[in-house]
Amino acid sequence: MTRIDAKFAALRAEGRKAFVAYVMAGDPDYDTSLELVRGLPGAGVDIIELGMPFTDPMADGPTIQLAGQRALAAGQTLQRTLDMARSLREVDDTTPIVMMGYYNPIYSRGVDTFLKDAKAAGIDGLIVVDLPPEEDEELCIPAQAAGLNFIRLATPTTDDKRLPKVLQNTSGFVYYVSITGITGAAAASAADVAPEVARIKAQTDLPVIVGFGIRTPDSAREIASVADGAVVGTAIVKQVEEGRPVPEILNFVRGLADGAHGA
Amino acid sequence: MPDDLINSFMSGPDDKGRFGDFGGRFVSETLMPLILELEEQYEHAKTDQSFWDEMKDLWTHYVGRPSPLYFAQRLTDYCGGAKIYLKRDELNHTGAHKINNVLGQILLARRMGKTRIIAETGAGQHGVATATVCAKFGLECIVYMGAHDVERQSPNVFRMKLLGAKVVPVTSGRGTLKDAMNDALRDWVTNVRDTFYCIGTVAGPHPYPAMVRDFQSIIGKEAKEQMQAAEGRLPDTLVAAIGGGSNAMGLFYPFLDDRSVNIIGVEAGGHGVDDRMEHCASLTGGRPGVLHGNRTYLLQDRDGQILEGHSISAGLDYPGIGPEHAWLHEIGRAKYVWITDREALDAFQVCCAQEGIIPALEPSHALAHVLKIAPELPADHLICMNMCGRGDKDIFTVAKALGTDI
Repeated sequence: MTRIDAKFAALRAEGRKAFVAYVMAGDPDYDTSLELVRGLPGAGVDIIELGMPFTDPMADGPTIQLAGQRALAAGQTLQRTLDMARSLREVDDTTPIVMMGYYNPIYSRGVDTFLKDAKAAGIDGLIVVDLPPEEDEELCIPAQAAGLNFIRLATPTTDDKRLPKVLQNTSGFVYYVSITGITGAAAASAADVAPEVARIKAQTDLPVIVGFGIRTPDSAREIASVADGAVVGTAIVKQVEEGRPVPEILNFVRGLADGAHGA
Repeated sequence: MPDDLINSFMSGPDDKGRFGDFGGRFVSETLMPLILELEEQYEHAKTDQSFWDEMKDLWTHYVGRPSPLYFAQRLTDYCGGAKIYLKRDELNHTGAHKINNVLGQILLARRMGKTRIIAETGAGQHGVATATVCAKFGLECIVYMGAHDVERQSPNVFRMKLLGAKVVPVTSGRGTLKDAMNDALRDWVTNVRDTFYCIGTVAGPHPYPAMVRDFQSIIGKEAKEQMQAAEGRLPDTLVAAIGGGSNAMGLFYPFLDDRSVNIIGVEAGGHGVDDRMEHCASLTGGRPGVLHGNRTYLLQDRDGQILEGHSISAGLDYPGIGPEHAWLHEIGRAKYVWITDREALDAFQVCCAQEGIIPALEPSHALAHVLKIAPELPADHLICMNMCGRGDKDIFTVAKALGTDI
């Protein structure tokens, strides 16, 4: 059982929904980012998505693009993102950490080396946007073999015929992207999302977490109420962009977490 | 590779969209169903005679194909060696080879019921071609173009606007072709249901590299017949410039199994291929990676971050290259070289003065290599170079580089 499986088992036992927070590792610099990440579990975050900066984030909107550029300009590398995870593990051994990003930095490091290092750093799962099931042999299957969850995105364009293929090698949870679009775009309504979550749950026992476009405690609650949890990324990264102090950002995160947990 | 290990160089890609280890379908889940639908539609159209009849009609009456194969007598005399032939794809409607491919993709988009066309463009030639064909068929057209390229290719920006397209300047990154492609992909993922992404080169996720190659192969097919008519045999050497590599793939592909034909692709060497990375020679100065839907050679740093590169030619200013070129490079069927900005500028001027042809900066790179090798080759050696675009769009860039005010 991975930390992700254990976390969902615990949430289920408490009858609570999950709150997942995305931050860009190394944004705006390593130390500030580490302080923020270390504060997330205390702010009510159940699962941390640690963004791996990439020069060409094709599925991201302007906010996360800029966050990646800030992180890279401040010297963030894949190694330093792994270091950051290891630092968090020194103070927290239960909150799952999922690394999220694009394939090239991982491919460049070498898949086997990366998986060994990620496992050793205390990483629990991976979300790699540009690896659909058609490319499972690249990273998904080796990652599962190395004991890491490979979390797949399901989208509004993933129809019933294709869904089994998307779910086949998925583990940990399913990340339902509530809109066709990039991160930080307009939100979908809970009324639109509910049948889609039901459609996915009819084909899998994995928890279904919904993300894209959630910005406020209210929408976190609404979306979480029709799924197993909600993800917020852009709205948190925006706080970093605005240069707010870490305690203030963590307060904002706590509000979102309370929203999701209130569902 | 020994002959008995491979039957043909023309059989790729495989059913996963791979040329050897290159290519593939590295896209987000939102796009994947659409890519699969496109593949299915293309596979169907490929064997549908009515599709090719329509293409042929448009190629003949709208584009002006076949483009001539022209014996460049004065260039040949100037070099004093091999016979130099130019495949005149710069004479096509819209002034470059790009329209060969655009017509094919727009006909497919119409068959798929898509009403909104998006495209990325570097030099603006693919943008102009897409805007042109969209105007002809009454389709909405949005072209993503790096802000830096908008500035250095202003005539083409105005042309696209005249043709009714919306040109979106892209300010992310350094504002060149790579960034335009990122934003086009972001648009596509947002408007996936009604939008067709008309990619301008032999890159991107499968089936684009194969599909664009097939549409551009008309160049090589014609050249083969025309050379036969002119000289009664195959050319000895093919030369073409490479950014993403569509004009080159179009010329090379029909000759891949003609083992006697030397194939040379010319990358943009910018300020020289060295550690400064001020070039766009992905094969010479890059290494394999994954970007924009495919695995290929990329300019990247040690951490797998993509580098910007540099070329005087907006059309070659791209840190990757089509996956089939990456494969041809690795198996050694084609040879890839590079030419600097300076050498391309010199060749540009030689071509104007010797042949009365103003070439685009992209084929000026190919020509610069021809000028290097032709003098060393015997008089019966036949070189066929793809003159893939005309230089009207580049006169401001060239004037600036030569220190002239116009």
